[in-house]
Amino acid sequence: MAHVSDLIATDIEGYLRSHQYKSLLRFITCGSVDDGKSTLIGRLLFESHMVFEDHLAQLEADSAKVGTQGTDLDFALLLDGLTAEREQGITIDVAYRFFSTEKRKFIVADTPGHEQYTRNMVTGASTADVAVLMVDARKGVLTQTRRHSYLVSLLGIKKIVVAVNKMDLVDYSAAVFDTICVEYREFAEQIGLDDVTFIPVSALKGDNIVEPSPAMPWFDGSTLMGFLEDVPVDDPDADDSVAAGPFRMPVQWVNRPNLDFRGFSGRIVGGTVRPGDDIRVLPAGTTSTVDRIVTKDGDLDQAVAGQSVTITLADEIDASRGDLICAGGAPAEVADQFEAHVVWMHEDEMLPGRPYLMKIGTRTVGVSIAHPKYRVDVNTLERLAANNLELNEIGVCNLSLDRAVPFDPYDQNRDTGSFIIIDKLTQNTVGAGMLHFALRRSHNIHWQDVRVDKAARAAQNSHQPGVVWFTGLSGSGKSTIANIVESKLHTLGVRTYLLDGDNVRHGLNRDLGFTDVDRVENIRRISEVSGLMVDAGMIVLASFISPFAAERRLARDRVEDGEFVEVHVDTPLALAEERDPKGLYAKARAGELENFTGIDSPYEVPESPEVRIDTSMTTAEEAADEIVEALRRRGIIG
Amino acid sequence: MTATTTDELAENVSTARLTHLQRLEAEAIHIMREAVSESDNPAMLYSIGKDSSVMLHLAMKAFHPSRPPFPLVHVDTTWKFSEMYAFRDRTAKELGIDLVVHQNPDCIAQGINPFDHGSATHTDMWKTEGLKQAIDMNKFDLCFGGARRDEEKSRAKERIFSVRSPQHQWDPKRQRPELWQIYNARRSPGETLRVFPISNWTELDVWQYVHLEQIPIVPLYLAAPRPVVHRDGTLIMVDDDRFQLRDGEEPEIKNVRFRTLGCYPLSGAIESDADTLTGVVQEMLLATTSEREGRLIDTDSAGSMEKKKQEGYF
Repeated sequence: MAHVSDLIATDIEGYLRSHQYKSLLRFITCGSVDDGKSTLIGRLLFESHMVFEDHLAQLEADSAKVGTQGTDLDFALLLDGLTAEREQGITIDVAYRFFSTEKRKFIVADTPGHEQYTRNMVTGASTADVAVLMVDARKGVLTQTRRHSYLVSLLGIKKIVVAVNKMDLVDYSAAVFDTICVEYREFAEQIGLDDVTFIPVSALKGDNIVEPSPAMPWFDGSTLMGFLEDVPVDDPDADDSVAAGPFRMPVQWVNRPNLDFRGFSGRIVGGTVRPGDDIRVLPAGTTSTVDRIVTKDGDLDQAVAGQSVTITLADEIDASRGDLICAGGAPAEVADQFEAHVVWMHEDEMLPGRPYLMKIGTRTVGVSIAHPKYRVDVNTLERLAANNLELNEIGVCNLSLDRAVPFDPYDQNRDTGSFIIIDKLTQNTVGAGMLHFALRRSHNIHWQDVRVDKAARAAQNSHQPGVVWFTGLSGSGKSTIANIVESKLHTLGVRTYLLDGDNVRHGLNRDLGFTDVDRVENIRRISEVSGLMVDAGMIVLASFISPFAAERRLARDRVEDGEFVEVHVDTPLALAEERDPKGLYAKARAGELENFTGIDSPYEVPESPEVRIDTSMTTAEEAADEIVEALRRRGIIG
Repeated sequence: MTATTTDELAENVSTARLTHLQRLEAEAIHIMREAVSESDNPAMLYSIGKDSSVMLHLAMKAFHPSRPPFPLVHVDTTWKFSEMYAFRDRTAKELGIDLVVHQNPDCIAQGINPFDHGSATHTDMWKTEGLKQAIDMNKFDLCFGGARRDEEKSRAKERIFSVRSPQHQWDPKRQRPELWQIYNARRSPGETLRVFPISNWTELDVWQYVHLEQIPIVPLYLAAPRPVVHRDGTLIMVDDDRFQLRDGEEPEIKNVRFRTLGCYPLSGAIESDADTLTGVVQEMLLATTSEREGRLIDTDSAGSMEKKKQEGYF
């Protein structure tokens, strides 16, 4: 049984006292089934005597039945929890295992190593202090070794053990081991992992797991268990530890048993706090002083990162769940726009611009994620262009929150710099991320910009936007036909707007005359307005003589291909002049109007309009039907 | 090892560094506060066992000086040890905590008991169905449970915040990723949550904590002379006159204690002289059988706990 020692039998009180002061180490093991990862963990459990006799009996029975180690015990069978996984022979999720030695209690996050399980590895790594990477001595540093290394460095694990396993299958060769060390170290430096320890082991045979291997006298480092027992973590004296950093405590719960007591309950995630310390409550920025540190076991003189406490303040300031209480002299930053690494964890892909929820610390806010700047190929570490993120993909994205939150960059504090993404509909956790930095104002992305665009508006309208541009001589019947077309479209539920000389010349363009320069400017402005309305999702009916091909081209180019339908209302000059509904031809002929199209200014006939209406052959009603049909043919309306 | 080294160990521990029990305690308190803050009508499932005692102790700490803002819910089978009922009522009264006791009315009507209906039916009807009824009737949206990941292989992958469907089903394939110490307590209409604050504790941690904190536990955990019969390779206590003796069975007084507590006809006792807490821990450390071996319901079939969980047990 565990902790076999004379002390248990002779001095149980002394034994228990000594075990009260054990520290806790959480580590993750990375590797695939082929690397012998499950065997290694099973071996650690077995060697630390955490396998009980009835488990052992079960293990012997299972090993004989489905084991892969012949007559030897198959330690991997100790671990595979769910029936379905046992049948498949692979672990498909994160499992947590526990064992303890004389010095430490250990929590192992056991995750499978396949590429599609990035989600699980990231989950297991998020709470780990140390990562144990399995490398098969026969195969050396593989793609998956690089992948695992990248993921553990991404999650901020600084201490890495490379367990070069299956040394028994390479004749315990020092040369093989050295080659792997050199190769791995070169790669590790590239991704900023510098605290790497190499240990040659055989999980199956037990070499260098607990006892130094007699088969590898050339290795003078510590055994794997020895390393795990002694590696310093959570060291308050280390400069980079959160315990040495500034005080941080997210408010979880406001503790008000009666009117005389108002405390803020939370778990300290950075630094140390003492009564009398100045604090600042973010995001509000209010300040006060710590009055008491209250626990059921009595008030404390100080509390450190990792402890759950209740703090009272000297002043009656407002603080509530989600706020972050910080050291007064070293507060966290507050921002609503960030760059972050995002890991997508759900089968439904990330949709840029879609509103999600984000939980950071104890605060939940609305978030919109922009198109990824790039995604990272976890195998090659290449940066690839991406429009979205799918399950198990990792990208760098800008985030826009619906209100400001306090935070620290992830590399400074894993708890104040991490977040999860929650789907608003299913309430599932669909992603997770690590904040890098707040965006400067010039980099701001706008909540509205990413949320609603032309396509979104078109989707809501159930038709595509577009411009129907009517061109032709004065009196050709453009406006008559355009009005009938608008009525017909309106009946169909299409959102329209009619631009013509009457509503443009009197307002927007009243400063313009009829010189060629003014005609061009007139059409430029109308083109711009049409373009905006198309962006707004509407169908614009523009009815202007627009005699020059170049300016009609300007209007066409303002919108996308397929959105512009040019209608040439083709009426012979004689007929138009005969109609002369506004008496303009008469005035022009009399010399009272200059630059009148058809009289003393040219009309450039369109060479290939989308629709040509010969008004000498067609009624206005028939012409309108023909134009509506043309819009339907082009898929602009349904 | 001698007592001297023990003292040296203690001195070498920096005051600023937390021990594993302090970290586990702080984690459990954090989990309880998160759960309470993000639910409307939470409750704590209370089975009267040592894990429940630890949970309750942690809850008293988590919300101090307030009282825990939730009731204890005991899904009763009417077949617990009489000492357990006494302990339950005394504890709730002393701590001033609301106690909700639910007994499945269908079981009362049909007189379901482990002797006539077998352990599987008994457990399913009283506990699994009873728990669903208690949650539905009281409209609890979140229940704390005392399950630990080290208890059984299928538990090793259970989340701390675990979603149950409106039908109380657990789907191991649809578990939410759980990262850092950020817990997603949101749920869709009809869904409920089970939250396990002592997921990361082992049996040894629980015992050490009970010892360190002097937490009251049911006296049945300590050895005493009790009337028992040998049945199916284990010792069963004859706790009251409902016990159906088989031919040839004669209760005898033996010094026994219990490693786990449940319905008395289904809880195996072990012979022991350990009548103090340290004695129990000592025996446990030197023991060679794992905790759940004494609990008969686990041995029905391989993977039985996983099946029970999918059906809504726990």
